[in-house]
Amino acid sequence: MMILKMKKEDLSTFLDAVKEWGELWGPTKGKDGKVSFSKVDSLSQMDLKATRTIIPPKKFLYPPRFTMFDFDENGYVERTGDVPKRILFGIHPCDIHGVVIMDKLFLETYNDPYYRERREKTLLLGHSCIPDDKCMCVATDTDFIAEGFDLFFTDLKMSYLVWVGSTKGHDLIRMKPELFSRALDKNDILNYTEYRKWKNTQYKTNIDFTGMPDIFELGYSSPVWDKLAEKCLSCGQCSMVCPTCNCYNVVDEVELGSIEGTRDRFWDSCMFREYSLVAGGHNFRDKRADRLRLWYTHKLQAYIGEFGKPACVGCGRCVATCPVEINVVTVSEALKEQEVGK
Amino acid sequence: MCVVLEDREIRDNPFTPDMFRIVRRYPLTNDVNFYQARPVDVEEALKFDYKPGQFIMMSVIGEGEAPFCLSSTPSRPGMVEFCIRNVGTLTSSLHGIKENETVGIRGPYGNGFPIDKMLGKDILIVAGGLGAAPLRSLLLYILDNRDQFGKLTYLHGARLPGEMLFREEFIQLKDREDLNCLLAVDKDDTSKWPYKVGVVTELFKDLGPVDGKNTYGVVCGPPAMYRFVMPHLVKLGIPKHQILMTLERRMKCGVGKCGHCAIEYLYTCIDGPVFSYWDVLHMKEIIGRGVSDKTIA
Repeated sequence: MMILKMKKEDLSTFLDAVKEWGELWGPTKGKDGKVSFSKVDSLSQMDLKATRTIIPPKKFLYPPRFTMFDFDENGYVERTGDVPKRILFGIHPCDIHGVVIMDKLFLETYNDPYYRERREKTLLLGHSCIPDDKCMCVATDTDFIAEGFDLFFTDLKMSYLVWVGSTKGHDLIRMKPELFSRALDKNDILNYTEYRKWKNTQYKTNIDFTGMPDIFELGYSSPVWDKLAEKCLSCGQCSMVCPTCNCYNVVDEVELGSIEGTRDRFWDSCMFREYSLVAGGHNFRDKRADRLRLWYTHKLQAYIGEFGKPACVGCGRCVATCPVEINVVTVSEALKEQEVGK
Repeated sequence: MCVVLEDREIRDNPFTPDMFRIVRRYPLTNDVNFYQARPVDVEEALKFDYKPGQFIMMSVIGEGEAPFCLSSTPSRPGMVEFCIRNVGTLTSSLHGIKENETVGIRGPYGNGFPIDKMLGKDILIVAGGLGAAPLRSLLLYILDNRDQFGKLTYLHGARLPGEMLFREEFIQLKDREDLNCLLAVDKDDTSKWPYKVGVVTELFKDLGPVDGKNTYGVVCGPPAMYRFVMPHLVKLGIPKHQILMTLERRMKCGVGKCGHCAIEYLYTCIDGPVFSYWDVLHMKEIIGRGVSDKTIA
């Protein structure tokens, strides 16, 4: 991994220069105080202090709704090529970990051409973050990131250390090579070590995910699930905001009075009742408790069993979003304590 | 790192359906139609290869897409066969499809039956209701490669004689000497059914000696049937990893992306649809509640 140094004040010049490659997008704060990724002209429009956007950057790689095929009576024609080139700046380590998990899912075994096209046309420029009371990336081992990004900027007050993670990232550096230096000194190392130490002291949510697969197995029939289900609204917001929720539905939309139309793919949630319904009316997860259990089993048991770590990247979005406080923290605690809090 | 460095213009899209022409269709029962289809592009017909137990994603233009099992055997190439029961929006539009009209098909998907492991073994197939649709593929495959397998037994239960899929075909199989074909109906509303009347597990009484250790049991049927059939197979001494089942789930992709067919950490579409009883014994969601608990003892 190549690590370069850049003066803090040069970031703006750099971002202006890379816009030549594609649209510049970054976190911005709206009038309502909500943070989301928006297309921007320059660094000054971004809010780099914001902890999390409402929706993770998965929406760029895998949009909430898009057309896969146009069809008529002769068959199906793939719809690709209308994806703009984008540079996403200010993505935090947890969200890049989320993208790495999505990569595994969409690019391994059967390669998804829609995801691949967007992944190729989207450059991820990461940025170090300031954890808040909902962040738990220490527990999920996603507080730092070593792969998946094109460039990663760590803010060390006076300067940036810039990790170069791909050849495309390196190409961006080469657009303004005079802004970057390879000459790292002792102080850079000390400052970086200091930053890591400081970041570690910022977490207020401490949760231990070790042993979760066993606790889920033991708690499969626990009444805790029914109690949680009494609160759950099946609204599916947890899926929409989770960086590792990939489930989707597909529908054919037809023009009225015609056979022409589009086959569209859109985000789905296993919290929805129709999710596991098969033809003939059999529903494999008719009860809300069953659906709730699937969601959390998948994140905290199944994925750990397969890949050694949870499919939770600790971003805290479910904590911030769920209207009835069902989230990875409260569910894990409820299972361990065998009691639903509050 | 998964970033692909070059933008590739030519893409292989696993979601693109190929158009197949329906060449023949006829009703098997009141609500189940049988179809034969082959690629519109005839050159592709012999290239479409699959394993017994694999499934396809089938589209009706303007209506949607859903998974269906194949009832034909790859040992008779050039044409695929499937059964469609009229139970929903897509299946009802499929029932409206006539000869010479087209459907979209992509696949085949899923693991299929582990034929290489089953070679030389005795095979005991248990089909219930529509479960005969995927099992016919395996049955015909074994019959077409008869010398590669040991003793072959086929048990098939249906609710009523008129509801038995491939009834005439299976009745003719009873005349063959190289397999034991046993048929049952829960109730005989015709008073003309010459074979067993009773649930499919009643047929186990007529099996004769079974060399359990050397046998593969294969089951497909409605979720409730597994609860009754599994204990019988275990009792015959068939090891649990040699008891196979093929499962049905809602699917939107067939290739492990859309999530709908998840059963705990398994995806029915890429890890299945064929699972061994041992694979899923501990999984409480697999074929409905209480199945595993009952058979552990």
